[in-house]
Amino acid sequence: MALLIYQRETGLKTMSEFLRNWLTVLIFGGVGILLVSVFLGLGSLLRPSRDTPQKRINYESGVDPQGDMWSQANIRYYVFALMFVLFDVEAVFIFPWAARLEVYGLFGLVEMFIFIFILALGLLYAWRKRLLRWV
Amino acid sequence: MTVFNLAIELAYWQQTVIRSILGLVAVLLPAGTLVYLYLFKMMSFMQSRLGPMEAGPYGSLQLLAEVGKFLQKEDLFPRAADRVVFKAAPFVVLASTFLLVLVLPAGPDAWFINIDTGVFLALAVSSISVIGILMAGWGSASKYSLIGGLRAAGQLVAYELPLVLAVMGVVIQAGTLNVQEIVLAQANGEIFGWGGIGNPFIITQFLGFMIFLVAIQAELTQPPFDMPVAESEIVTGYLTEYTGMRFLLFFIGEFATAGIFSALAATFFLGGWYIPGLDPTSNLFNLIGPLVLVGKMLLVSFLIFWFRFTYPRFREDQLQQLAWKVLVPLSLVNIVATGVLKVVF
Repeated sequence: MALLIYQRETGLKTMSEFLRNWLTVLIFGGVGILLVSVFLGLGSLLRPSRDTPQKRINYESGVDPQGDMWSQANIRYYVFALMFVLFDVEAVFIFPWAARLEVYGLFGLVEMFIFIFILALGLLYAWRKRLLRWV
Repeated sequence: MTVFNLAIELAYWQQTVIRSILGLVAVLLPAGTLVYLYLFKMMSFMQSRLGPMEAGPYGSLQLLAEVGKFLQKEDLFPRAADRVVFKAAPFVVLASTFLLVLVLPAGPDAWFINIDTGVFLALAVSSISVIGILMAGWGSASKYSLIGGLRAAGQLVAYELPLVLAVMGVVIQAGTLNVQEIVLAQANGEIFGWGGIGNPFIITQFLGFMIFLVAIQAELTQPPFDMPVAESEIVTGYLTEYTGMRFLLFFIGEFATAGIFSALAATFFLGGWYIPGLDPTSNLFNLIGPLVLVGKMLLVSFLIFWFRFTYPRFREDQLQQLAWKVLVPLSLVNIVATGVLKVVF
């Protein structure tokens, strides 16, 4: 039966084939959610439920939790998140170029080097500003 | 081999049902295999012990016993927790895993989806799990969870970059973002005019392969990059408040993703479903392709788990510095070098 999935490529890719691929993406997201639901549903049939207030206290090394749970976090994570956005956008721009490099040739190569160089300067700046050090 | 031409035209919904079932197999089976073979058995042998031996022959049914155990555990969540976010987190993590398996081709005609932006989709959906982990950390309303969730997010975004940039070298060489065509480019490639084994990109992109391996190790928060769940500092990080089945679901997600990332590494760098000496368009590969891919996946994940059992944990600052000061510059150099070589030759 498993062999039946192997569908021969027939002729040109049509628009509906393109859309169907993306519909499959949606469906697979749904399958993932369904799997979690099935597991949790199965668990709810089997598991006991003897709730006590003590069981609902946060774990804080065995003592009663102190203060607000949603406390402030270290600002450094924010800096790293910003740098991530910088380089991730860079990656978005490089991908189409990388796939078409043969067509662009030397022109595309030089063009992209300038782009990468400017972004590398950004990384160097953060490095010199000691933002990459944790402490 | 006419027998494989049974591959008759099916309606889209029939294909989708079969694909969904095969997708479930492709997610759960490697996860189980990795946990039993490597996490239970290999780690035990490396530590001079036997590992699970009671459930089934050589403990092979241990996993089923574990699932049975977790199913019977009480489902608790903290009073202070943000219930919706807390409950939604495992869904997001697992959905991300299922979207990731989509792009893997297992044969010339055996694929879930065949789109021209496959690499892009894989790298995009792999970062959805960051959101799930942040949701788990924030929704638990526990200090350990919050710190663990933030550490995980910081680590995952930091190593996302080397991961993405290491694949760029492969994309430049293959000249396409279609995963299927990347496999074919390796199958039909030549090394200095000699096409005996094709051109698996691990040879020309060795640096990229190493960066990719380190990055997926960190993306999976496996030791030595397991700061987000460092038990000596923050209990189990973002998993602290999770119990029973929800706890197990995070682990299923983690090991399923380990298998899929290994398979992606095998596809990008080791030639995917192709083995040298055969015609890549042959129908035979629809049958043996999945097995070849699983074999290569086990090889790559062996490396991942080997590192996992060998090295001690990084410090948080060392971890961030490795990503930003070593891996990102190295992968930029790799892109530049690959680009130059591609244009020159």
